Amino acid sequence: MSIKRIQSHPILNVPTDAEVPFTWNGTPLTGRDGEMISSALFANDIHVFGHHYKDGSPQGLFCANGQCSQCLVIADGVPVKACMTPLKKKMAVQSVEGLPRLPEVADKPVLEPPVEKSVAVLIIGGGPAGLSAAIELGKLGIETLIIDDKDRLGGKLVLQTHKFFGSVEDSHAGTRGFEIGTLLEAQLLSLPSVQIWLEATAVGVFSDGIVGVVQKNVYRKIRPEKLLVTTGAREKMLSFPGNTLPGVYGAGAFQTLVNRDLIKSSERVLIVGGGNVGLIAGYHAIQAGIQVVALIEALPRVGGYKVHADKLMRLGVPIYTRHTVVAAHGDAHVEGITIAALDEGWQIIPGSQKSFAVDTVLIAVGLAEVNEFILKARQWGMDVYAAGDAQEIAEASAAMFTGKIEGLKIAKDLQRYPGEIPAEWDEKATILKSRPGAPVHREPPPGEEGVMPIFHCQQEVPCNPCTSVCPEKAIRTEDDRITGLPYLVKGATCQGCMACVAICPGLAVTLVDYRKDPDHPTVTLPYEIWRDRVKKGQRVPVTDRDGAILGYYPVQRVVTNPKRYPGTLLVQVKLERAAAKQAIGIRVQEVQVDPSTVYEKAPLPDEAVICRCERITAGEIRSSIRSGVRDMNQMKALNRAGMGACGSKTCRPMIRRIFQEEGVDLESVTDRVDRPLFVEVALGILAGERKGERDG
Amino acid sequence: MDNIDVIIVGAGSVGVPTAMALGALGMKTLVVDGNPSPGQGDNKRAIGGIRATHSDPAKIQVGLRSLEIFSTWSTIHGDNIEWLKGGYLFPVYREQEEQALKKLLPLQQQFGLNIDFIDPEQLRRIIPGIDPDGLRGGTFSPDDGSASPLLAVNAFARKALENGARFHFNERINTLMVEKGRVVGIQTDKGRYRAPVVVDAAGAYSRPLCATAGVDLPVFPDSHEGAITEPVARMFSCMVVDLRPGPGSKNYYFYQNSHGQVVFCITPDPPIVGTDTRETSVFLPQVAARMVSLIPRLKALRVRRVWRGCYPMSPDGSPIVGWSPQLKGLFHITGMCGQGFMLGPGMGELAARMIAGRPSELDKAAIAVFSPARQFSGVREELK
Repeated sequence: MSIKRIQSHPILNVPTDAEVPFTWNGTPLTGRDGEMISSALFANDIHVFGHHYKDGSPQGLFCANGQCSQCLVIADGVPVKACMTPLKKKMAVQSVEGLPRLPEVADKPVLEPPVEKSVAVLIIGGGPAGLSAAIELGKLGIETLIIDDKDRLGGKLVLQTHKFFGSVEDSHAGTRGFEIGTLLEAQLLSLPSVQIWLEATAVGVFSDGIVGVVQKNVYRKIRPEKLLVTTGAREKMLSFPGNTLPGVYGAGAFQTLVNRDLIKSSERVLIVGGGNVGLIAGYHAIQAGIQVVALIEALPRVGGYKVHADKLMRLGVPIYTRHTVVAAHGDAHVEGITIAALDEGWQIIPGSQKSFAVDTVLIAVGLAEVNEFILKARQWGMDVYAAGDAQEIAEASAAMFTGKIEGLKIAKDLQRYPGEIPAEWDEKATILKSRPGAPVHREPPPGEEGVMPIFHCQQEVPCNPCTSVCPEKAIRTEDDRITGLPYLVKGATCQGCMACVAICPGLAVTLVDYRKDPDHPTVTLPYEIWRDRVKKGQRVPVTDRDGAILGYYPVQRVVTNPKRYPGTLLVQVKLERAAAKQAIGIRVQEVQVDPSTVYEKAPLPDEAVICRCERITAGEIRSSIRSGVRDMNQMKALNRAGMGACGSKTCRPMIRRIFQEEGVDLESVTDRVDRPLFVEVALGILAGERKGERDG
Repeated sequence: MDNIDVIIVGAGSVGVPTAMALGALGMKTLVVDGNPSPGQGDNKRAIGGIRATHSDPAKIQVGLRSLEIFSTWSTIHGDNIEWLKGGYLFPVYREQEEQALKKLLPLQQQFGLNIDFIDPEQLRRIIPGIDPDGLRGGTFSPDDGSASPLLAVNAFARKALENGARFHFNERINTLMVEKGRVVGIQTDKGRYRAPVVVDAAGAYSRPLCATAGVDLPVFPDSHEGAITEPVARMFSCMVVDLRPGPGSKNYYFYQNSHGQVVFCITPDPPIVGTDTRETSVFLPQVAARMVSLIPRLKALRVRRVWRGCYPMSPDGSPIVGWSPQLKGLFHITGMCGQGFMLGPGMGELAARMIAGRPSELDKAAIAVFSPARQFSGVREELK
């Protein structure tokens, strides 16, 4: 039995499948049949998958999304991406030490040249945008093929255990992301004109109008009349020494491990980046029983939703704003991280360095559109559309809307939809894409009798499920805008049903009930972490919005409604009157990790690796720029930056940033030329070898 | 900008080494290219094979000199251009290829080339895992090899700069300037430059360039796709050329470069005439089927990137090098028919000697063979 699995989870069901045997470098281990090899290895606490052929640096999981090639392993003799290859019983998995050796093959393969398939609409990506678009097209009976490279639909919805923002009627607000994915999938399955291919990776868009797709090891040429790109986004990376050590990866990769695969991938993490992705990853870590040592953000305040930041602080995660990463430390794996405070001019304040002992650093410093498909298709003059993050980085709720809009646009362009695209869809999509407003201070409402909800929501975000669930219609938002802050309508009566507490995605609503004991009102707190820590009679550390402990109070009662509000516990405590309206959370991380470990080695920023595939450092990029190179293609020719497996998906923005650091106007820099393939494909698959094909 | 002796149009496989060679002879050279840096046209689309084992004596001579420059470059000049002496190997499965290759051997050996027909056993030691079924042997020339076109062109550009050449990039050439029946310079989108000699090293774009001065040059580009794989542990070091035709293609060829990546290319049949360099969906399945049938082990090898480049074809398959018979001052070094990279350094030196008016006795044969004034018969060189 592998050891690093999440044994229980407050939101997700823990699979109980029996494990199958496999070997790692000859050592017998067990893993779940069909899980990705990378997860099976992590479950066995194996994080180093090999060593780079150029400098011997340890390699491991990075994107967990099939995009990079850092997780290369040898499976039954063949080099594969561990994060995209399912584990099979008795598989012999080996680390890649240096260059992989291809297995010797005696027999000539039997080939069947790839066939071409024409479709009215091809959708690349089965996430929120792609699913929503496919549903619109399917409703109109339009022949649509939707492909996704994973073994299930939902895209990043699969990873989202938190309740969504937005509105109930438009974007399933209040429902957890992974459940929304299931809802959309169910809707799609009822539409016969939509064909779904899973484990189907689009690998190139060619000038003859063909999209090359590898579906379960079979190469297929798809000729779409209309192409919709809903490929989402990829995570940006930061430049700092130690940035490619196993254990430094994206927050999205982390969510894949813990939420999709239920792997306890770490013991202690530090999160870099205070956008929603980083904040939510912190929350997910704690749900997975992983300690979050700190979250740092370079800006003066976090950029994500304040309710997400408040949730983290209440659980006991310190947030350091105006801080940056100095270096990650460790030989074969991350062992620690040093951060430092930034001054107004973005320079490190001397002496402000702090080091933490952590095994994982999550990078959540923004997303970039996966746009290689749309750029190529546009270059070839194909009829191409984009929705979701591939169109513009925003929340998944917005992606569902842009998906719907683009789906209907395609139907219209195919002359299969005579109507107009509802004007309010565009408005709603725009609202859902809107950035959060500035935090405001709101005093709790007056009055200390009866029962009333308290809204600890202090920032305008597109979200109003509380208004939908109130049976008395007693909750409204300011000016009835979806971004308006909620309030209890004057004179309205609250029945104390707790629905608003249970549905709030920000866990920012409490119910204060003065009816039984006006001096010690009962406060209902939303809670989504460990059930066994909030049993009746247990004293729990109740916090205010910013995470300060108001006191320890015994739990009076725990209310659940697994059908309507699965996963959310409504924990009732009795507080003194003065504190009742402040109470909102229960701390989980009662002991914080002090920044104590000091690392002697002070690496130089230029030691950071920019091109992970070819191991090109910031220093090498810098010296190339200083020698006069202004053409990224020439830079690639000279030092191979961006020449690796991933096709510069990670390093391109980092190289551009170094140009800027060097004072070079990006207008004077020639961008690199991108060519297919966007992910590597074996010659045997391209040739049409039929062995290894699976049903589907 | 005054006192330029020579303007070279094109900073690619041919233009850059020509600038380097002209500089070495003390001539002031300006190289102009519409691309942003050296080799960003078809140079970077070359796969990097270098051989002297041609079937025409003039090309053998230039090829040998080129081979010498590539193979000694890092020792003499320091830059690593990833020269790999792996040889060229033409495996043979059919009578007709065996005969064709064997017919060339006496001539090739007469010119001092290290090449021979080897038996299947020897061949299988050079490329373990090659399909043994019907293998008759093949020719192997161990002194040939490969280098990185990307690194080589940049190394040559560095040396050209050292030799006094100047480069203008991101500058599109609009016309050749002609006065009183001779070329006097070029006009670009950024200005005019005067020089008594203009070198046409424009490769696939030579014909339209020369047409701006009313010169009709028979260079007709066609396009070929190429690709590169992930790096893997060394399987073989030679360039493998399979001369057999296949569906939609003639020969195809590949080698494993110094990083362990396999680089490959195919010759479409019929040729895809024109300068379209957009990637198509046809190439990969077509070439992959042939490669994995020849060496089944390659089936697990993953293709990383694909591209398409142009071969500037001359009617007879031989380069066009020399003074224009139609316009004084215009010197062609073009029509390399896909061999610009491997022939570039030797050809650049030959061109430089001719431009400087100092051709050697040994150059005479080559000058005649490559002459732009020759009759283009349409009969191709055997080993093109």
